[in-house]
Amino acid sequence: MLILIVAASLCLVLSLAVDRQKTYDGCQRGLKMFLNLLPTLLLIIALISIFLYLTPGEVLSAILGARSGFLGVTIAALIGSIALIPGFIAFPLARIFLSLGVPAITVAVFITTLMMVGILTLPLEIKFFGRKAAFMRNGLSFIGAFAIGLLMGLFL
Amino acid sequence: MKTNRLFKDYFWTILFAIFIGGSLFIGYEPGEQIYGNFQQFFWEMASFLPLMFLLIGLFDVWVPKEKIERHIGTESGFIGTFWIILLATLQAGPLYGAFPVAYILSKKGASPRNVFIYLGAFSGLKIPMLTFEIGFLGLKFSLLRTLISIPVFIAIGFIMEKYLGKDYKVMNGLGTGD
Repeated sequence: MLILIVAASLCLVLSLAVDRQKTYDGCQRGLKMFLNLLPTLLLIIALISIFLYLTPGEVLSAILGARSGFLGVTIAALIGSIALIPGFIAFPLARIFLSLGVPAITVAVFITTLMMVGILTLPLEIKFFGRKAAFMRNGLSFIGAFAIGLLMGLFL
Repeated sequence: MKTNRLFKDYFWTILFAIFIGGSLFIGYEPGEQIYGNFQQFFWEMASFLPLMFLLIGLFDVWVPKEKIERHIGTESGFIGTFWIILLATLQAGPLYGAFPVAYILSKKGASPRNVFIYLGAFSGLKIPMLTFEIGFLGLKFSLLRTLISIPVFIAIGFIMEKYLGKDYKVMNGLGTGD
């Protein structure tokens, strides 16, 4: 975060020093893009907040812990795909899963799908990449995340 | 006319705000908890997105297309892939923050393959996130996941480009070209 602040201020100062008009244009373009996306962004974080309320950590570990084997892995993949849990919640949660006896392979698939697949952010992704590419990226990422998780399970 | 559009754009947000406002007013607990979550995500977004859009805007006016095209364009090969992965690992934030960056890279001539490798690397290889992952899940878990992920991300990039074609361009987030 600090790096971003430093980088942004440095670029802004440098840009201002070289060309005011160009800097103004650039800022305006960035701002316009941000404002255009704001309604969708707010909608998405509202959806994420509701989803996170509906599936607290205890519920997730109860679901994942009770079902082992392929069914458990599949459920983990589906939850991971829908949810968008930031790292600072997801990793501690994954550690709790492990300590509760959820198999490492299930936890691995949960983490990889969580990172790579985003059902809740699809509306935004479609606006940038189009329906076809967005669905395809998520589909391929789902398969990829599953594969990564399964492979990890062999080594863990 | 303009207020009409604004109302349409923010319809769901307004509805959500009414729900939250009502929940806080009557002390409806699920609403209060959802509001707590929302605040957390809102500040996460508010703290980095405006700065990122500022950088994207400046990048747009300053960086010449030829430069990007040469380094991470269609003809850039494996060195291009290396650069794009390096760029992705240095970033932070949720995946939706990578979409506008993907747009500006694509606009400046990055190949579709590298754009999707960028998204993959952004989702799974960010260094700030990796340090966190190591802290909670251990070095073995994180390292294993990273090593297995890289070829998968590259493969997804190749498949996406094969399917979408080399001329595919990311849109500006409004569902239009530019």
